[in-house]
Amino acid sequence: MPKITSVEELRKLREKVQEEMATRTETGTTIIVGMGTCGIAAGARETMRAILEELKARNIEAHVTTVGCIGMCAREPLVDIEQAGKPRITYGNITAAMVPRLIEEHLIKGNVVTEWVVGRLPTDQETH
Amino acid sequence: MRELSLHLLDVIENAIEAGASRIEVEIDEDVARNVLVLRVADNGRGMDEETLRRVTDPFFTTRQTRHVGLGLPLFKAAAERCNGSLTIASQPGKGTEVRAVFQYDHIDRAPLGDMPSTLLGAILSHRACDIVYRHRVNGQTFEVDTAELREALGGLPLSHPQVRAWLEDYLREGIQSLYAETAEEHSHPSER
Repeated sequence: MPKITSVEELRKLREKVQEEMATRTETGTTIIVGMGTCGIAAGARETMRAILEELKARNIEAHVTTVGCIGMCAREPLVDIEQAGKPRITYGNITAAMVPRLIEEHLIKGNVVTEWVVGRLPTDQETH
Repeated sequence: MRELSLHLLDVIENAIEAGASRIEVEIDEDVARNVLVLRVADNGRGMDEETLRRVTDPFFTTRQTRHVGLGLPLFKAAAERCNGSLTIASQPGKGTEVRAVFQYDHIDRAPLGDMPSTLLGAILSHRACDIVYRHRVNGQTFEVDTAELREALGGLPLSHPQVRAWLEDYLREGIQSLYAETAEEHSHPSER
């Protein structure tokens, strides 16, 4: 595949996206997927893929990022959801098949899926 | 691991944790010589001799969160199971290179698997770094340097959903084209 075409395509995409960005608002949602050896072996890459696809299908704006192991290897794949002003929730053993429900409940309906929660970090206001 | 690309993702994550700003990921599939070489080289903080000596020991890890480190030992075992080897070269302050060699047609060799998803995992990492991906199949090469893509994008991040989707298609098509050309060559032996 010629390099010139790819760079040209990207420039066009950039112009298009920048126009759209001007009219959009940030939701302030970050989804973090554990991608240490333990996470990878448990299927974290497929979980990450499923999250990206679900967000796209439902047209949800969220920042998806990966981190290393946090020591809860038996609970991998771990998925953290952080939303502005709310406690950060850590969900455990989240396989790709569980992602649609997680996104629907947590991001769309605003309900924490309590049976999948393994941890909770309070908001900044709560700690001070 | 079910796919070699998962081992690669693991080693790439190590490089990211080592503070690398540039990571080279190379795959060389040489069917004629029956060899598959996977190489990840980074410009991260590197390791001293003592660390390097212990790094394939499963009971050694730099992490504080747990006491075992299985990434490199698993990768090494996978290569050795296929008449291959894993070598690591590293220099403090310069970076680390991990090189795994496999017998291409060994029955125990896992498939390469989903490389676009692996690269996506690295690109979405919390620590930004550039990735040079070079994939050779029987002498044909597909190469991507995210530094070049970043330049074309201006300030727009590679993790932006539309950019990410474009990049994924681009990687998938680029990698597939390598195999398509090989298949064509093999299907017309009489014409060559």
